[in-house]
Amino acid sequence: MSAQLAAAPATDTAAAAPPYLVVEQVSKHFGTTIALERASLTVAAGEFVSFLGPSGCGKTTLLRAIAGLDPATSGRILQDGRDITFLPPAARDFGIVFQSYALFPNLTVTDNVGYGLRGRAWPASRRTHRVAELLGLVGLAEHARKYPAQLSGGQQQRVALARALAAEPGLLLLDEPLSALDAQVRQHLRQELRALQRRLGVTTVMVTHDQEEAMGVSDRIVVMSRGLIEQIGTPETIYRHPASAFVAGFVGHASRFNAVVDAPPGTLVADGLTLPCLGARRMLYGAPVQAFIRPEDVALGPTATALEGNFAARVMHHEFLGPVCRVTLQAGRLQLEADVNPAVAPAIGEVLLAALPAERLMVFPRDV
Amino acid sequence: MQPIVPLEARLLRLGLLLALAVLVAGLVLPLGTLLLRAFQDPDGGFVGLANFAAYATTPSLRLAAWNSVWTAALTTALVVPLAFGFAYALTRSCIPAKGFFRAVMLLPVLAPSLLPALALIYLFGNQGMLRDLLFGHSIYGPIGIIVAQVFYCFPHAALILAVALSTADARLYEAATVLRAGHLRIFATVTLPMARYGLVSACVVVFTLVVTDFGIPKVIGGQFPVLATDVYKQVVGLQNFNMGAVVGLVLLLPALLAFAADRWAQRQRSGLLSGRAVPYLPRPRRARDLPLLVLCLLVAGALVSLVAVAIWGSLVTFWPYNLALTLQNYDFDRFDTSGWAALWNSVRIAATAAICGTALVFTTAWLLERGSPGGAVAGAVRFIAGVPLAVPGLVLGLAFILFFNHPANPLGFLYGTLAILVLNGVVHFYTVMHLTAVTAIRQLDPEFEAVGASLKVPAVVTFGRVTVPICLPAILDIAVYAFVNIMTTVSAVIFLYGPDTKPASVAVVHMDEAGQSSAAAAMAVTILAITASVKLLQLATGGLVARATQGWRQR
Repeated sequence: MSAQLAAAPATDTAAAAPPYLVVEQVSKHFGTTIALERASLTVAAGEFVSFLGPSGCGKTTLLRAIAGLDPATSGRILQDGRDITFLPPAARDFGIVFQSYALFPNLTVTDNVGYGLRGRAWPASRRTHRVAELLGLVGLAEHARKYPAQLSGGQQQRVALARALAAEPGLLLLDEPLSALDAQVRQHLRQELRALQRRLGVTTVMVTHDQEEAMGVSDRIVVMSRGLIEQIGTPETIYRHPASAFVAGFVGHASRFNAVVDAPPGTLVADGLTLPCLGARRMLYGAPVQAFIRPEDVALGPTATALEGNFAARVMHHEFLGPVCRVTLQAGRLQLEADVNPAVAPAIGEVLLAALPAERLMVFPRDV
Repeated sequence: MQPIVPLEARLLRLGLLLALAVLVAGLVLPLGTLLLRAFQDPDGGFVGLANFAAYATTPSLRLAAWNSVWTAALTTALVVPLAFGFAYALTRSCIPAKGFFRAVMLLPVLAPSLLPALALIYLFGNQGMLRDLLFGHSIYGPIGIIVAQVFYCFPHAALILAVALSTADARLYEAATVLRAGHLRIFATVTLPMARYGLVSACVVVFTLVVTDFGIPKVIGGQFPVLATDVYKQVVGLQNFNMGAVVGLVLLLPALLAFAADRWAQRQRSGLLSGRAVPYLPRPRRARDLPLLVLCLLVAGALVSLVAVAIWGSLVTFWPYNLALTLQNYDFDRFDTSGWAALWNSVRIAATAAICGTALVFTTAWLLERGSPGGAVAGAVRFIAGVPLAVPGLVLGLAFILFFNHPANPLGFLYGTLAILVLNGVVHFYTVMHLTAVTAIRQLDPEFEAVGASLKVPAVVTFGRVTVPICLPAILDIAVYAFVNIMTTVSAVIFLYGPDTKPASVAVVHMDEAGQSSAAAAMAVTILAITASVKLLQLATGGLVARATQGWRQR
């Protein structure tokens, strides 16, 4: 199933230019455990792609296969038309930033950034110039002579980024580059990272478990779970049209409930409630499904009245989140979460009309 | 299609093969030979278990085994509580002069094990000043052995326990205090359980040290037979190599058991302290600190005075009748054919082994941890590197002669050279050096080499520019550890020296055998002086090295 899922979106993207990075049917086995199963994807030149998934989903394994740090067991990886599947890391063309940054603690910022600039191509004057340029680029010119331990986490991250970009690699790999930072610094650096990537136009692959981060910076997101690619698409596609129950549950917030496809086509029955659902139109009568609805899509009160299949629900619980108030609703045994304007939030215990818009209800076949 | 193996990876693999070759030649093959010889008659014919049967039916040999076990058990029972108290005072109390006590604690490590035995003979021997304190008992025998072993084993136990006690999570103590547990209850429910694996390790190490030590029973054991002296008697006295091999295997037995027990304790201990633990800082408390200070003063006093007696004895004209001071006992050429040359031999062996051994051990450890993708060779090296800890020096020495002295061995030319003593020294102390190196390397970020590779910098350059500079303090530790231990060991080298390569520690044994105990003490004191100077040099240069290579640690 994963191969189809992976192959389908891959064909409709990057139609014009040949893709810069091609991953074909790549698998990675550690002994008998399968860390990655037949992953296929393409990345266009200059594109920012994120691998998103929970820990152990194979996203880091895939990144390390692309870097050549843990070569793939089978499959093929092409970079810029060149087969790099089994090349050692040093023979490839990439820069990498690790979660820990792996800055050399005994070298100054200058020496760290200039670490890869050696050999005949990089005489001292050219190296000095390039390091200064990079430090200016990441805004660390005044810290050039410091050691990594004397810098803040965000500054260290920028040093690692400058080091990875020093030799102008064709591909930038980022392994959870922001997860060691405080929430506020993280958001700021995220935007900076994206701006820098746009400016340099370097093809970038980032691994992250943070969906907000992936949504915020990526052109496209590869959602992974248990060694399989679940979906590849733009942040909006992934959020609005998840390809599997896993993606629907993992990306964004959603209430999940079980239902059965009913007649006429496009109708679900969940715990006695009849719900219109566009996604269920092509499903067989009687098929068990999992349905997902995002809290911002649940219609309440007057807006619900106009919708088909509305039902009465009791407010069980409140959660004030700042811009919105998330209320927990109970209708029979069905529990739903809905976002409302805090100014008009219903009181706990109040019974009101709710409805799930037919085009917003996401359904997936459920194994019984 | 197979992954392309670049030249660099092949070179790294070659390095690992080299390490494997050294370990096989210096450990696996000699031990294999020892094992074979135990099942052969002197002519090389296979005799099955006949040697073992002969061993089991010889009452004197059985007695030696029993003597080894009970003296070791008694020593353990004496040393471990003492060392625990001392380590507890160093880590969990607010006594003054902790640095001084720590330094004194290490004193016995720097001296050959013979030194305390010689000092005890000065005090309680036939001409001893305090002989009457023994109420007619003789110091030559179990009493002398146990007292000298307590001195010799103390720092080993105290070091282990100090480490075990220093890793405490303050939050556990706060929780216990908040729950209104008294000091005793906290000690019994938090401190002791946290240190229990350290206690197991300490017991195991002390027991093994005593069973396998050769120097002390040789000098002060008198007619009291133990396993270690039996091996020597069978091999050097009776030239019965096969029986020697059998006793050697018997000697290996407790060491192997202890090794297994220690491994178990180590495994249990890992994960006892999480990375987020808050370190425990003791606060002054008179009722605890004062008794602990008294204990530390007593122990330190005993350690220092035993060494002082040895020094004094070495400077005295004729103990105890003419106490005029003299340096004539240091004119070693008068007492032993090797004389001062023996000391020079020892220094050369220890220095060469320290330099070559450290380079070999550290590079190998790095190759295992970072350099190569692993495989069967890496697995074999990793396993063999852990074995020397379980092999007593005497057994290793015996295995070396049986292997290198074999007429068919192409490596036989090594026999009687300094090279064989260097190889023996490196192999003998390989495990501890290896573990120190591995610990230091594991503290480095695991992605250093990956970053280097992504920047197209060869792993060897990253090794030289990053790994070695960061690990320099640990590398110095390893080198000094090797130097000190090879200078002071007797057991491993007693079978291996040639006419021109006698080490100083063996010269001590020989001079003592010849009745020249003052000269023996003088030689032991000289060894102590050399090892102590090297240790002090390390401490002194430590600051310089730190300034040169560790400046980045400051924030």
